[in-house]
Amino acid sequence: MDERQRCHLEEVDPVNGKAPDRPEAFRLRAGAGSGERMTLQQTIPPEEAGPKLACRNVWKLFGPHPRRFMTKHGNNPSLEDLAARNYIGAARRVTLDIYQGEIFVIMGLSGSGKSTLVRCMSRLVDPTIGEIILDGRDLSRVSERELIELRRHKMGMVFQHFGLLPHRDVIDNVAFPLEVQGIGRKTREKRAREVLELVGLKDRECNMPNELSGGEQQRVGIARSLAVEPEIWFLDEPFSALDPLIRSEMQEEFLRLQRMLHKTIVFITHDFDEAIRLADRIAIMKDGEVIQVGTAEELVTAPADDYVVEFTSKVPRAKVMSAQSIMEAASPQAGKCRPLTEECTVHCEAKVEEVAPAILANGQRLSVVDDDGKVVGYLRRKTVLGVLFEGEQQ
Amino acid sequence: MTTTTKDRALQSVLFSAAADCRTLARRGVERLRPLAIVLAIVAGVGLAGRHLGWIDAYPDSWIVPLKDWISAAMAWLLHECNLGLFTFKEMTRSISWLISWPLKGAQGLLYQGIDLSILGGSWRLPHLPWAAVVGIGALLGLSLQGWRLAAMTAGGLLYLVLFGQWESAMETLASVIIAVPLGALLGMVLGIISARTKTAEAAIRPVLDLMQTVPIFAYLVPILFLFGFGPVSAMIGTIIYAAPPMVRCTLMGLRSVPADVVESGLVSGCSRRQMLFKIFLPSALPEIMVGLNQVIMLSLNMVIIASMIGAGGLGYDVLNALRQLKIGRGLEAGLSIVVLAVILDRLSQAAARKSKMRERGIGWTRRKSLAAAAAVIILTGGASVLWDGFYVYPESWSVTTAPFWEGAMTWINLHFYDFFYGLRNLLLIYILMPVKKFLVELPWAGVVAALAFISYRLQGVRLLLVTVGLCLFITVTGYWEKAIITVYLCGIGALLSSLGGIFIGICAAGHRRLTGALNLLLDTLQTLPAFVYLMPCVILFRVGDVSALIAIVAYAVVPVIRYTLHGISQVPTPVLESSRISGCSKRQLLVKVQLPLALPDIVLGINQTIMMALSMVVITALIGTRDLGQEVYMALTKADIGRGLVAGVGVACIATVTDRLMQAYISAIKHKTGQTP
Ligand SMILES: Nc1ncnc2c1ncn2[C@@H]1O[C@H](COP(=O)(O)OP(=O)(O)OP(=O)(O)O)[C@@H](O)[C@H]1O
Ligand SMILES: [Mg+2]
Repeated sequence: MDERQRCHLEEVDPVNGKAPDRPEAFRLRAGAGSGERMTLQQTIPPEEAGPKLACRNVWKLFGPHPRRFMTKHGNNPSLEDLAARNYIGAARRVTLDIYQGEIFVIMGLSGSGKSTLVRCMSRLVDPTIGEIILDGRDLSRVSERELIELRRHKMGMVFQHFGLLPHRDVIDNVAFPLEVQGIGRKTREKRAREVLELVGLKDRECNMPNELSGGEQQRVGIARSLAVEPEIWFLDEPFSALDPLIRSEMQEEFLRLQRMLHKTIVFITHDFDEAIRLADRIAIMKDGEVIQVGTAEELVTAPADDYVVEFTSKVPRAKVMSAQSIMEAASPQAGKCRPLTEECTVHCEAKVEEVAPAILANGQRLSVVDDDGKVVGYLRRKTVLGVLFEGEQQ
Repeated sequence: MTTTTKDRALQSVLFSAAADCRTLARRGVERLRPLAIVLAIVAGVGLAGRHLGWIDAYPDSWIVPLKDWISAAMAWLLHECNLGLFTFKEMTRSISWLISWPLKGAQGLLYQGIDLSILGGSWRLPHLPWAAVVGIGALLGLSLQGWRLAAMTAGGLLYLVLFGQWESAMETLASVIIAVPLGALLGMVLGIISARTKTAEAAIRPVLDLMQTVPIFAYLVPILFLFGFGPVSAMIGTIIYAAPPMVRCTLMGLRSVPADVVESGLVSGCSRRQMLFKIFLPSALPEIMVGLNQVIMLSLNMVIIASMIGAGGLGYDVLNALRQLKIGRGLEAGLSIVVLAVILDRLSQAAARKSKMRERGIGWTRRKSLAAAAAVIILTGGASVLWDGFYVYPESWSVTTAPFWEGAMTWINLHFYDFFYGLRNLLLIYILMPVKKFLVELPWAGVVAALAFISYRLQGVRLLLVTVGLCLFITVTGYWEKAIITVYLCGIGALLSSLGGIFIGICAAGHRRLTGALNLLLDTLQTLPAFVYLMPCVILFRVGDVSALIAIVAYAVVPVIRYTLHGISQVPTPVLESSRISGCSKRQLLVKVQLPLALPDIVLGINQTIMMALSMVVITALIGTRDLGQEVYMALTKADIGRGLVAGVGVACIATVTDRLMQAYISAIKHKTGQTP
């Protein structure tokens, strides 16, 4: 986090507080995902945005008497304790904050408890112990009525296994959350058509769910969760049933939407590429426990333990490492001068992958600049190539 | 050198063959060991019985007079119980009064006409002309599905008209039309309640089990006692008899709604009410519709039995014909019940299908249907004014095939008397009598001990306790011998049905066309009320055990065929393909792959067959068997509540013990073949 915070501090630094002329570097990093991060950081300073959703020591055990078991082990049973009694710790001591407008990705192997954690967050499943705090309110304390209201207006969810209602056709499925709120047929169907168009299923509105392919069903599920314009959006492997082409289209669409709507998103995926593309932060889970939370770059450059190392070992470095993490720092004096030409500068947060074409075209060295256009370091062709081809060297 | 290799090869072959033989032998012994133990137990206890008489035959003086107690309690309930403001009897009578109204309405509409003399004058609203009912039936078929269903419905109804069964049929239809919605509603409500909480389910499920295993006759007695003789109590009996499958189907439907469908409802913010009406019930609709269909079928199955406590109509006609051995008339009335059953079955299935599609605006709108129905009524009403024959079909115009059937029967009896008589005697002397004698002479304690051993082996102490408890109930209430006779008839019947059914199932499996035809036949057989099976048997074999046995076999063979077919066809294609690739011949495929995998299903089918055989055994009491069924039937004719209930529960005990043992066996096989999840 420190890298990004420094950037951020520099950004609001009153000394260099002149309006930055948009450097070319921005065009370089206008790729998907990173643009998001930019807007996020500029629009919402972290100190103001208290967590939208917070988990405090959340545990979810499956077994005969989870509560009793927890108290017996002082609310902190070890993995061995669980195994000895045949309990499954689907979520264990999970504490994390999710901020307004953030895309928070949860990753982990199958069975590591991702779906369970998200179900706890939406209170489809009651955590065994722990608090889920949404907008400052502990969800386990709200009454059933309030919970229903919350779900009607604040939450949306896309299910791993779609969860479409088999007895309703596509448009009725999509309009269902609106129907439940008591919105009239005309209005809700109009809205449903809008979101259906968004997911590219306009002409399938009269089909029943079992007449659709897996990917189409998934898109109906996405449309349904969008129909109410939720504030916080839970997506459990929303794109995993889609083919690569549609998947990348949907990711694109998803990011576009997010740029407009600034929802708070909790996103589960198995696909690291997807995570890198979408995530502001990634949480890695193992056996119900969150091992590390951080940006993709942090996971790669500063893994918390061997498991994270292994988990991220197949990730192409060039996609996650930023220019500033591999540059040679510029001397303090040099920092004061402006780069000569805009073509040979890159932004400090640009990914190595994005920088590569520029350095290949421009010879040996590139200047790395921060948001104000101040040169903070230099990038050598050799280092960039090293990162780019690291996969092949290993 | 070659010789040595050859020798060695030969040696190894011989060796492995020997080993094979040994393992085979060992396995054989292992398989036989439980059987040997069972025999040893029975024999041992039998020997002990030589010295201790009570082991051999339960002493009469030890019998607990449970039936007298029950009768006394019922008498108290009826004559003395006072619930504060009103007596118990007043309560039951007012319930039957309440139900009598819709029944009267339906009867008035369909065949009696409605007496409006209360409004002054001697007004009488005429009932619907038969032509109107036929028209409305056709219209229903048309609006629900199309021309074919319309033609079938109209054709069936015209059969009733033509064969002079109209009035009886309408009387039956009136009570079915009222009983089905009430039964379905009752079942659905109970199903929803038991889906809500585990405790409710735990309370309701055993009652359902009991109701489905106690023979119908047994609970007709208390109904007769509480609600009196007449169509209303017949209808109450029908409702109680028909509701349990609806409870089960509703429960199953509600329980099998996929978790993520439920969750997506929750996430959308459904209230409890919305969850029930928008998520659970619609998702469970297919199962609920199956339940409704079952309710209709059971109501029609009950038609004949209900006539024993006062229902008129077709059931009464069949019963009467059966009592007088008027085969032709009975057959025609019986066939009319089948016609009604088929019509209602198809219409309800079409309605179920349509209810799924309503959202999409397929089919007729309600207004259009109502208008068409009104038009039909006005038209036929007008026609009736012009010619009376449209109102009530002239009797002189109706046809009957009764003389033909009776002639055919006489002919068969004349020409094949020797054959059937011989067959009957053969069965009686060489199979039925010896088995019966053997079973009756077994010491009761030995049989109970052997059953206990089997239960323990299959599942453990709990099953053992259940088995022993239920067996003791039968013994203690003094029904051991009658129970054994029941078991003997039912057992031989179930055995023959199972053998035949499995054979038929195996032969038909894999031939698509044959399977289709067979399924159609089975569907039809299942809509036949059990009584219908009795008639030809009685004609051919006279009253007695042989007729009963054949009726049982014919009635009970259906499920085992069905389950065998299903079991074989549900073997997953990848398994079949991989076996074919491994070089299985068709026969090997059947013996080594399909049958072992289908075994749990087949055993389930056998279980069902046993249950059906048991319910038929009770009905065969009508043609003079001497088992528990006879006891219940006698109790009904003498209105002896205690006797009827205790004997009925005795039958339920037999059913439960068999069912539990079979279920335990099924799960044992499933465990062995790795089919448990
Ligand atoms: N209702 C349940 N009862 C018992 N165990 C459960 C239940 N739901 C989940 N589990 C267990 O909890 C663990 C975590 O399950 P979860 O569905 O959260 O995994 P996941 O990370 O979403 O896996 P996947 O990537 O396959 O979706 C698993 O071991 C699972 O078996
Ligand atoms: Mg999951």
